[in-house]
Amino acid sequence: MSANSLSYNEQTGVEAAVEMGQENTPTTGTAFSLFASDFKKNEDLKEMLESNKESLKLEAMKRVVGLVAKGKNASELFPAVVKNVASKNIELKKLVYVYLVRYAEEQQDLALLSISTFQRALKDPNQLIRASALRVLSSIRVPIIVPIMMLAIKEAATDLSPYVRKTAAHAIQKLYSLDPDQKEHLIEVIEKLLKDKSTLVAGSVVMAFEEVCPDRIDLIHKNYRKLCNLLMDVEEWGQVVIISMLTRYARTQFTSPWREDAMFDENSDKTFYDSDEEKKEGATPTKPYIMDPDHRLLLRNTKPLLQSRNTAVVMSVAQLYWHLAPKHEVSVVTKSLVRLLRSHREVQYIVLQNIATMSIQRKGMFEPYMKSFYVRSTDATHIKKLKLEILTNLANEANISTILREFQTYVKSQDKAFAAATIQAIGRCATNISEITDTCLNGLVLLLSNRDETVVAESVVVIKKLLQTQPSQHSDIIKHMAKLFDNITVPMARASILWLIGEYCEHVPRIAPDVLRKMAKTFTSEEDIVKLQTVNLAAKLYLTNSKQTKLLTQYILNLGKYDQNYDIRDRTRFIRQLIVPSEKSGALSKYARRILLAPKPAPVLQSDFKDRDRFQLGTLSHTLNSKATGYLELSDWPAEAPDQSVRNVEVLEAVREWTPAVSKSKPAKSDDDKFYSDSGEEEEAEGSGESSSSEDSSSSSSSDESGSESGSEEKSESSEESDQSSSQSEKSSDSGSDKKKKKTLKNKKLQESKKPNKDSDSDEGQKNGRLEKSGSLSGSASSSQESSSESSSESSSDSDSGTELKKKTKPKPVKKVEEKPKTMKEVSLLDLDDFSPAAVTTPKSSFLSPSVLSDLQGLSLSSSTPLIQVSNPVFVPVRPHELLHRMTGKGLSAQYHFPRQPCIYGERMVSLQLTLSNHSDHVLEDIHISEKTTTGQSVHCFRPVERLEPEASVTVSMGVDFNDSTQAASFQLCTKTESFSVSIQPAVGELLLPVTMTEQDFNREQGKLQGMNESSATVTMEPETVSSQPISKKVVSVANVGVVPSGQDTVHRFAAKLVSSGALVLVCVVQKESSAQLTINTEKTIVGSMLLREIQTALSAP
Amino acid sequence: MIHSLFLINYAGDIFLEKHWKSVISRSVCDYFFEAQEKAGEPDNVPPVIRTPHHYLINIFREKIFFVSVIQTEVPPLFVIEFLHRVAEMFQDYFGECSEAAIKDNVVIVYELLEEMLDNGFPLATESNILKELIKPPTILRSMVNTITGRGSSNLGETLPTGQLSSVPWRRVGVKYTNNEAYFDVVEEIDAILDKSGTTVFAEIQGVVDACVKLTGMPDLTLSFMNPRLLDDVSFHPCVRFKRWESEKVLSFIPPDGNFRLMSYHVNAQNLVAIPVYVKQNINFFDSGSSGRLDITVGPKQTMGKTVENVIVTIHMPKVVLSANLTATQGTYTYDPVTKILVWDIGKLTQQKLPNLKGSLSLQSGAPKPEENPSLNIDLKIQQLAISGLKVNRLDMYGEKYKPFKGVKYVTKAGKFQVRT
Repeated sequence: MSANSLSYNEQTGVEAAVEMGQENTPTTGTAFSLFASDFKKNEDLKEMLESNKESLKLEAMKRVVGLVAKGKNASELFPAVVKNVASKNIELKKLVYVYLVRYAEEQQDLALLSISTFQRALKDPNQLIRASALRVLSSIRVPIIVPIMMLAIKEAATDLSPYVRKTAAHAIQKLYSLDPDQKEHLIEVIEKLLKDKSTLVAGSVVMAFEEVCPDRIDLIHKNYRKLCNLLMDVEEWGQVVIISMLTRYARTQFTSPWREDAMFDENSDKTFYDSDEEKKEGATPTKPYIMDPDHRLLLRNTKPLLQSRNTAVVMSVAQLYWHLAPKHEVSVVTKSLVRLLRSHREVQYIVLQNIATMSIQRKGMFEPYMKSFYVRSTDATHIKKLKLEILTNLANEANISTILREFQTYVKSQDKAFAAATIQAIGRCATNISEITDTCLNGLVLLLSNRDETVVAESVVVIKKLLQTQPSQHSDIIKHMAKLFDNITVPMARASILWLIGEYCEHVPRIAPDVLRKMAKTFTSEEDIVKLQTVNLAAKLYLTNSKQTKLLTQYILNLGKYDQNYDIRDRTRFIRQLIVPSEKSGALSKYARRILLAPKPAPVLQSDFKDRDRFQLGTLSHTLNSKATGYLELSDWPAEAPDQSVRNVEVLEAVREWTPAVSKSKPAKSDDDKFYSDSGEEEEAEGSGESSSSEDSSSSSSSDESGSESGSEEKSESSEESDQSSSQSEKSSDSGSDKKKKKTLKNKKLQESKKPNKDSDSDEGQKNGRLEKSGSLSGSASSSQESSSESSSESSSDSDSGTELKKKTKPKPVKKVEEKPKTMKEVSLLDLDDFSPAAVTTPKSSFLSPSVLSDLQGLSLSSSTPLIQVSNPVFVPVRPHELLHRMTGKGLSAQYHFPRQPCIYGERMVSLQLTLSNHSDHVLEDIHISEKTTTGQSVHCFRPVERLEPEASVTVSMGVDFNDSTQAASFQLCTKTESFSVSIQPAVGELLLPVTMTEQDFNREQGKLQGMNESSATVTMEPETVSSQPISKKVVSVANVGVVPSGQDTVHRFAAKLVSSGALVLVCVVQKESSAQLTINTEKTIVGSMLLREIQTALSAP
Repeated sequence: MIHSLFLINYAGDIFLEKHWKSVISRSVCDYFFEAQEKAGEPDNVPPVIRTPHHYLINIFREKIFFVSVIQTEVPPLFVIEFLHRVAEMFQDYFGECSEAAIKDNVVIVYELLEEMLDNGFPLATESNILKELIKPPTILRSMVNTITGRGSSNLGETLPTGQLSSVPWRRVGVKYTNNEAYFDVVEEIDAILDKSGTTVFAEIQGVVDACVKLTGMPDLTLSFMNPRLLDDVSFHPCVRFKRWESEKVLSFIPPDGNFRLMSYHVNAQNLVAIPVYVKQNINFFDSGSSGRLDITVGPKQTMGKTVENVIVTIHMPKVVLSANLTATQGTYTYDPVTKILVWDIGKLTQQKLPNLKGSLSLQSGAPKPEENPSLNIDLKIQQLAISGLKVNRLDMYGEKYKPFKGVKYVTKAGKFQVRT
């Protein structure tokens, strides 16, 4: 190493000389030939850089970068290089940037020359150019340009491109390290960027927050929920940063979930696993701890990240659970942590360290995975030691025999340091588990005859420690050790044995003096540490057995008196004064016995990782076991939770603006005093319409698909109820579904005053549900706004027609719904629409609490379920398909068609009608379907047809759940005597149920299903077909979709949902001259693309 | 976060340095050299080293130390994971991550490092995005360069869009004439067998590696016959986690090229089939400073497939000077410097069990070794996933062409150790 650094120094020396030479070029010229070549090379580069040829410049820059990479000094080329900063060649430009960033700090004045280029680039229409200009500008560490940087950052923070905003977040940190005085201004920018909804920005801005103002926890409040919800979609590095910041945040904002933990047995927690919220109440009836829903939100949203491929993300989730989750939930991280052990050596090292800390406190967590910590001979030593540490921590009465057997193998390891560590580990197990102390001791005694000194020495030391805990029973072990004494050469071991014999000389009264005799003989040739113990032994024996040892003791003390080592001389003198009574010896000698033979507390054998948990897991400080620079302490849980309402997001300016404007369009139903009502209550309203599934019990990541379905059902019921029971009391609030139904206008107002916050649960659950639908980020906000403006004029008529359709088509309670007055429908409609900007076109926007609205905007990923009702199918001629031909069916023929009605057998089923005809000349009996499908779809069979006369036919209906795939459902169609395998392959268009929605709903939903959820194609059409009617006819002929009323003649919109999953399918055909642009948006991309193909064919057909 | 990066070769030369913030003198590496000297083996170098003003976090890969300099608190795994990504990126770009490759492509390396971190914080680590920004060197381009005499650009002409799209791991405008998607299910058996051949510990870890060359934006769905086998999984970010949770199918828009789709751990309850058995007898004699070695390897539970590429590696005790052995099949080598005995067997056949027998000579006078060395076994079984995992089907949506699809199964020995 030293040689290397030396050579390096030499190099820099040369380099410096070159530099100097460079400055003096005109006069000194090439004084040293050695430097000349180097110098010449750079001169040559300079020439190339100043040439007119692009390729020469590029070549030169490549060589310059090569120099920079090797750490050689190329700073004298700065003027030549900086000239090329404005080059048009991208590669050249990039290399110049690389160079600039490296050397600008050293050549500040010259670096200023380049600034104007960047300033110009900051205005470039291309976002990537803007971003890279900001990147380089902020990387040039020249204090003079701080104001320019500040301005650029502020501008970039409001840039339309999220990528530029991300770069701005990075630039904040750079500026802060360059000039900490800018802190206040930078915090303002951070505050602004924290509000950003883009996943691209989130990670970077939190990083900036952590670096610039980690103590300004108040900036997080408003963004907390948004960050939790975005987390899944943030890039992996950002996830790590956000999670660790949220860990700190949560520790200041929520109360401890660990209070009642004493009641939990570590192992019994499995029974509580499934339910989340209930669990807490159920388990601790006496001391109800209700977890803050925000706290729960964080835990829930981080859990899926345990499946990340990035080990840092997994570790950070693990530490989050460790520090924040109720104790019995922490074990969910175990499996993932153990998985990380398969990764690289360095990863193993860090993960094992953290597991070691965890396993001290929570054995149960890792015990099932004990075998994963078995040591392999190929592991690196520090990995082996950590594994050993963990195995020791995990040892208990039940598994100790397995572990000891494993340890036996390790003791024999060729890696002696590891073998020694194993012996210590055995010692620790022995002290921790009293049952095995004897076994361990015997095992260790056997090791005393080992040939390896380190093993023996370690064994003696450990035995010494063990014996100290219970000396009386083990005199034979001491005897055994005394016997081995002659063969042991390691000083530490000899000293330990001597100490042991001295300490327990009363148990071995006959051996002790003999050992002392032997020691007297070899005293002079012993190591110091052994000599000291010999003196000690002599003194102790003198006190207990002075008759036999008096002379020996005096002899040894005399030897010690003239020893070369002053410590030994000193000790000898002290001992002599203490034990040998003389006239001078004072009061002390009376107490000699008590001093020397005082009972000594047994040493505690404990883990190195005992106190590591004072550091946050996964941090550098934890790894080093000391505080690293910039380590931020985790605070203790607050006794009282701070106000949780701070996390409610306030109204945004933009929302206010259009709310009143909207109320004009339909004045009839608006209650003025409902505007801006209490937030808690609003959330409830929203929850009720939103998705009932997330509100009731589970509230975890339940399927959003089913949510939309049941939500719509719920809603119609609510409207019906609201008719009669507008003044129902709020006691019903306890029962989940009731509560929802009764959210009519009036009692909302009542509730508002009486129960302020109780609904935060549902609010959060529902938000979560919304998030799961996550569509495109930036798209939704803008598109919905657009649609609101577009549709405001025609909204009233739209919603009317919409409701009409809706009335008839509810799956089950069809008839009930039909009786409902239209107006009530609209109420419910608005109720659901609440927070979307589009919905605000109606007066019921009064439901739209400001806070909810902005909350949702903050999420930006929100995918509210708008009013979507299953509607009547558009009539199309029945198209029968052959199921069974009469030839193959031996006279029985079967045809099926899709009646396009909601299936009465199950909500997820597609209804089918089967026409069975008997073409044979005899009666067919007992026609039925054998239960099994070979392909796994669930089929609701028709009731067996008992008799079918010749030439008669019968129509039966059945339901098949195709699971939203066009995979054929195969089953056996049986008669009394025969059975035929048949299969039904549905066309993709038949897997749908038409739904109705307003145009603005459509637009909003479409906005949410952008990106990969969207598939589109252009279709050329015959001119004669270009009229509105055929298009919609053609579309509905292939797909069971509902027509969405459209404002424009050339735009046709169709909506449907998948029968099985309930996912929306939106079809949009924009008609042009002789072609049409066909767009399909759906979550189920598979269906989307298949449907696209079908419709495309249908449209292009004449 | 990451302040600087130094690449150091086995001999201790710093052959590349890169700084993302202000420049840190390379003398900081002296602390690393100190630790390296203390550790002896490169594997034993502690991954985190504290120096008075900095922290050094290092990884050792392909005989190169990647030493990063940190100044403030940061999760160490964050840095370690990133450094491995850097190494993987080099591998991806240059085909190998070696000192020579890095030195040859120093400009590309520098450009890569510049894009991967901004101010020490990871910026673009997806290979698809980076390849759009910086084109990997190809033979064709280097030929064009030499012929035309012009240094043609290795930077993308157009600015990448991937970073801004909703599918950040896939570049847009991918075109292939042959559309193909291959999946390799690779399973590794980690096992420790004891002297008598009983399994002390065994588990199966697997990965699904993909090589997808498909035009456009395909949306793939991969389903397994028996997904219940999978106990713990981790995914490439492209996999839709929700679909997996609800339906146990892998639904994803793949990145272009090679990538690891998922890695998994097979349910611990399932008994692991151990494909080979080893009969071994290694003795060191007290007198005469010699030893005896007799190893036989045979197929056990192989599910009817042939076990190939069987290699037995033994780290001999220091006192073993040489080995005089005869192998009935394959060849053996003994390196007296590293004390590693390698017996390359090849294919295992039922009829004739390969055997390695002979004597070992020890250093005279030295005490006989305490412990017998353990055997590390390498093997490969083609067309078999030992856990029984099977891919059911692969569907493609979103594009019209018919891709060529293929699934390959391989079982290998992971950390397969026989104690003696």
